[in-house]
Amino acid sequence: MNARRPHRAFDWSTAVVATLTLTAAVTVFLRDGQERFLAILFDDLGIVGTMLPKVLAGCLIGAFVTLLLPRETVTRWVGGDSGIGGILIATVAGAILPGGPFTIYPVAGAFLAAGADAGAACAFVISWTLLGYSRAIVWELPFFGLDFVTWRLILAIPLPIIAGIAARALWRYFRAPPESA
Amino acid sequence: MNLLVDVVLWLAVAILAIIVFARRRAMFGETAVFGARDFLGLLPRIAIGMIGSGFIAEILPSKLIPAWLGADTGFTGLMIATIAGTLTPGGPVVGFAIAAAALKSGAGAPQVIAYSVAWALFAIQRLLIFEVPMMPPRVVWLRVAVSLPLPFLAAWTAMLVGKP
Repeated sequence: MNARRPHRAFDWSTAVVATLTLTAAVTVFLRDGQERFLAILFDDLGIVGTMLPKVLAGCLIGAFVTLLLPRETVTRWVGGDSGIGGILIATVAGAILPGGPFTIYPVAGAFLAAGADAGAACAFVISWTLLGYSRAIVWELPFFGLDFVTWRLILAIPLPIIAGIAARALWRYFRAPPESA
Repeated sequence: MNLLVDVVLWLAVAILAIIVFARRRAMFGETAVFGARDFLGLLPRIAIGMIGSGFIAEILPSKLIPAWLGADTGFTGLMIATIAGTLTPGGPVVGFAIAAAALKSGAGAPQVIAYSVAWALFAIQRLLIFEVPMMPPRVVWLRVAVSLPLPFLAAWTAMLVGKP
């Protein structure tokens, strides 16, 4: 059972990009002429062509992993007394759990409801936004190329852990919940 | 290198497919179709976004970008990049298209990393539409607060190691 919906082909954010693209394309055509316009177009289409198999693979990996990694299991791993280990697990889970905001935020909400602490939930969400491989493969790789994305990911690895530890400390300092104190 | 990535990815697809087929056979077809439909849904967005990044790069004021976001703009450049990332609207395509276009037009790699990290962490639209309704708001704001230094940390580390 896949909780997330497939991406819709077109929504308002795509409309924003389409408008930007059209404006830019028309500007290039009028300013630099047809030859330059076609050169850029074929250049970009070539990149699209090389990226499509990767995007399809990313989508299939996402669908299979979602099926194999049930929410209950993830919730159990990131329990309330999980310590630094819980933050590390949350970071790894955020990085490998595929899907968009439709899956990630409800799962994070479920963590919290099931007794996970705010630090683990923060590490999880931040890890998903910064390290999520499906995001990196599907979106980032086509635009930036392998070298840039690899380094961007390496540089981002410590960030969810640092933020998760800070979140836990802040949470305890400012708002120690009476039931778990 | 390009081929290697393809091989690794499809190997992962094959392994996962075998596991799913062995353990959850009834769900196999449905899941594969779901993934394929996801791909078809993404296709127009990716095509538009990638074609767009080439044209947008061509018309971006290329003299302005090295001055604002160039490799030697220091802390100010990182600030501008972080604020720009936060204010960038829309889904994944918009942010990456703009960042890739900026990189092509002479922005420094650390600045582009700060931009894309800030955009991934703070994009206001996603925060308000998804995160706040689906999680306790208090945790969301805690999450945002502890995330504030991260674009700078990522960019500084990039400068330190001199990559990418």
